Amino acid sequence: MIQVLSGQLLVGLINGSFYALLSLGLAIIFGLLNVVNFAHGAQYMLGAFVAWMGLHYLGVGYWWALILTPLVVGLLGVVFERLCLRRLHGLDPLYGLLLTFGLALVLEGLFQNAFGISGNSYPVPEALQGGTNLGFMYLPRYRAWVVLVSMTVCFTSWFVIEKTRLGAYLRAGTENSALLQAFGVNVPLMFSITYGFGAALAAFAGVMAAPIYQVTPLMGSSVIMVVFAVVVIGGMGSIVGSIVTGLGLGLVEGLTKFLYPPASDVVVFVVMALVLLLRPAGLFGRPR
Amino acid sequence: MARINRILALTAALAVCVAGSAAAQISDGVVKVGVLTDMTGAYSDLAGPGSVIAAQMAAEDFGGKVLGKPIVIVSADHQNKADIASGIARKWFDEQQVDAIADLVSSSTALAVMPVAAEKKRITLLSGPGSTPIAGEKCTSYNVHYTYNTYAMAAGTGRTVVQHGGKTWFFITADYVFGKSLEADTTKVVLAAGGKILGGVKAPFPTTDFSSYLLQAQGSGAQIVGLANAGADTINSIKQANEFGLTKKQNLAGLLVFLSDVHSLGLATAKGMYLTTAFYWDRDDASRKWSKRFFERQKKMPTMVQAGVYSELMHYFEAIKAAGTDDADKVMAKMRELPVNDFFAKNGRIGADGLHRHDMYLAQVKSPEESKYPWDYYKIIKTIPAVDAFEPPDPACPLVKK
Repeated sequence: MIQVLSGQLLVGLINGSFYALLSLGLAIIFGLLNVVNFAHGAQYMLGAFVAWMGLHYLGVGYWWALILTPLVVGLLGVVFERLCLRRLHGLDPLYGLLLTFGLALVLEGLFQNAFGISGNSYPVPEALQGGTNLGFMYLPRYRAWVVLVSMTVCFTSWFVIEKTRLGAYLRAGTENSALLQAFGVNVPLMFSITYGFGAALAAFAGVMAAPIYQVTPLMGSSVIMVVFAVVVIGGMGSIVGSIVTGLGLGLVEGLTKFLYPPASDVVVFVVMALVLLLRPAGLFGRPR
Repeated sequence: MARINRILALTAALAVCVAGSAAAQISDGVVKVGVLTDMTGAYSDLAGPGSVIAAQMAAEDFGGKVLGKPIVIVSADHQNKADIASGIARKWFDEQQVDAIADLVSSSTALAVMPVAAEKKRITLLSGPGSTPIAGEKCTSYNVHYTYNTYAMAAGTGRTVVQHGGKTWFFITADYVFGKSLEADTTKVVLAAGGKILGGVKAPFPTTDFSSYLLQAQGSGAQIVGLANAGADTINSIKQANEFGLTKKQNLAGLLVFLSDVHSLGLATAKGMYLTTAFYWDRDDASRKWSKRFFERQKKMPTMVQAGVYSELMHYFEAIKAAGTDDADKVMAKMRELPVNDFFAKNGRIGADGLHRHDMYLAQVKSPEESKYPWDYYKIIKTIPAVDAFEPPDPACPLVKK
C-alpha cells in the first residue's frame, strides 16, 4: 500500500512540475500586463510542434530544440504583443482574453488542418531513455529530468523576479506601471519582453512534454483549463503561488487517480471552488 | 379559347400525375445521403473528412445517379456530442430531404440519431461506432451497423492473446459507454477462453497522462494490460506504457486500434501489437486498388471506418436500384436480402438486428525493419470467419425472432 502510494505521489509530482512550469508563464503575464493569456495552451502546443518540425524537417535534435524553440515562440509572442495585444492595453481585461482565445483557436485550427488530430510522435532523446527501478515504482529517466528541469526553471524565474533589479522593475510595473514609466523605465518594452518570456516558458514546457505526450494540435487545450485553475487557486499573478499550487495540485490529482479515478478530472476544480469560497484572492494572492 | 384552356389544364394535370408517380419511386427526386461525423475532434483522423471523401467516391462510382435521379452527398460535424448529432439529423430529415445518414462515429451520437431516424422512417448506416447495444437492446428496424463492433474486436484480439498464453488481464478503460462496452465484451471472451481478470481502472475520457493508471496496471502483476479505449487515449497510453517500461514484463492488447493510430504512433512504438480490423488497405488487389484511389484524394490510406462508409453506401445504392424505390422499408428489406461482395467484405450479410456480419482480420503491427514502403504497417495473421467474429443475434433486440 505504502509502495503504491509513493509511486502515485511521485507521478503526481511529475505532473505537478508541468503545471508549475505552465502556470508560471501565465502568472507572470497576468501580473504585469493584466492579460488573461488564453493563448498559453496554444503556445505550449506550438513549442512541441516547432520541436517536432525541427527534428523532422531540419534534423535539429532535442537539446538544440530546448534552446531554440523558446526563442522562436518567444519572438512570435513579442511580435503578437507589439502588433495586436498592445492596442487593447487599458481596456477591460475581457478584450485581451477574447483576442488571445481567438489566437489560440486560429493556431489550433491551422495545425489541425496541416497535421490532423492524431498528431505525431516525438522520440525520447537517447541520453534520457530507459529508467531506474526505485523499488516501489519504475521511474523513467526522462520523467526525472522533467522534474529536475522544471524545478530549476521555476526557481530561477522566482529568483530573477524577487531578487534582481529587473525583477524589481517587473514587480513595480505590476503595482503601478504609469508611475514606473514616470521614473524613466521603458514600460512598453518591458511589456513586450514579459509577454515574449511567458510565451517562451510555455514553448519550453511544450518541448519538455513532446517526448511524453503525443504532439497534437489540441494538446494545449486539454491542459490549459487545469493550468488556469492553478493560477486562480495560487492567486492571480502570484509567482510563488503558481509554483507551489502547481506542485500541490499535481499531488492531489495523483492521489485522486489512485483513490477514485473517475473524479480525477474534476478534483482540481473542486479545490478551486473551495479556495475561492474561503479565500477569494487565492492562496497566495492579495486582494486588489 | 376555352377549349385550349381546357387542354392546357388537362396537360398540366397529367404532368402533375407523372411527377407524382416518379416521386413515389424516389422521394423529392433526389437520393440524399448525409455524412454525420466528427470533422475536427478526437475521431476526425479515423473517420471525419476521410469518411466524406469515401462517400463522395461511392456516389461517383455509382455513376452519380440511381434510378435516374441524382445522388447528393452532404456532410456535417457532430462534434461527438449526442444532442448536436440528433439536432442535425432532425433538421436534415425535416427540412433537407436527407434519406440516409452515414458514419456516426462515436456510439453516443449513433444511439441518439437512431431513434430519430426510425421515427421518421429514414435509414442510418453506421460505420464509426462500436457499441454492441446498437444491434442489441437499442436496435431499430432502419439501422445497419456495418463495419465492426466491440464484440468483434474483443473476440479477435482477446481470444488470440489468451490462446498465446496471456491468461491474466488488467483493463485500462475509457470511462464512457464505448469503453465499458469494450471491456465487458472482452471480459466475456477472456473468461470463456480460460483467462482471468485481475482488475481494472476507469480513466476519465479524454486523458492525456496515463502514468497513474499504468502504475496500477504494473502493480496488478497481470500478464496483459487491455486498453479499452480509442483514438488519442490509445495513442497516449501505448506511448507512455513504453516509457514506463511496462512492455518489458507485461504485454499490451490494444482492443480498438485504427490504422491512423499506428501511423501517428510510429512502428517503433507500436510494433508487435495484435489488433483486430475489418479492413486493411494492403490485404489484396481489390483493397489496394480502391485504397490507392482514396490515397490520391486524402493523402492518407483509409481506415476501416472510411472504407466501411464507401462499402455501405454502394450497398445502399444497389438496394435502392434493386427495390426500384428509395422507400426506407423496401430498401432495408433489399439490403438484408442481398449479400455484400466487394473489396471490403466477402459474402457479408445484414441480419434482422441490423448488424452486418462479415469476416474480420487479426493483424500484427510490423517492426520498422519489416516495413518496406509507406503505410506498410500490418501483417495479417489470420482471417476470422464471420460466425466467430460476431455474436449470434442478441435476443434483447425486439427485431430478433425468439
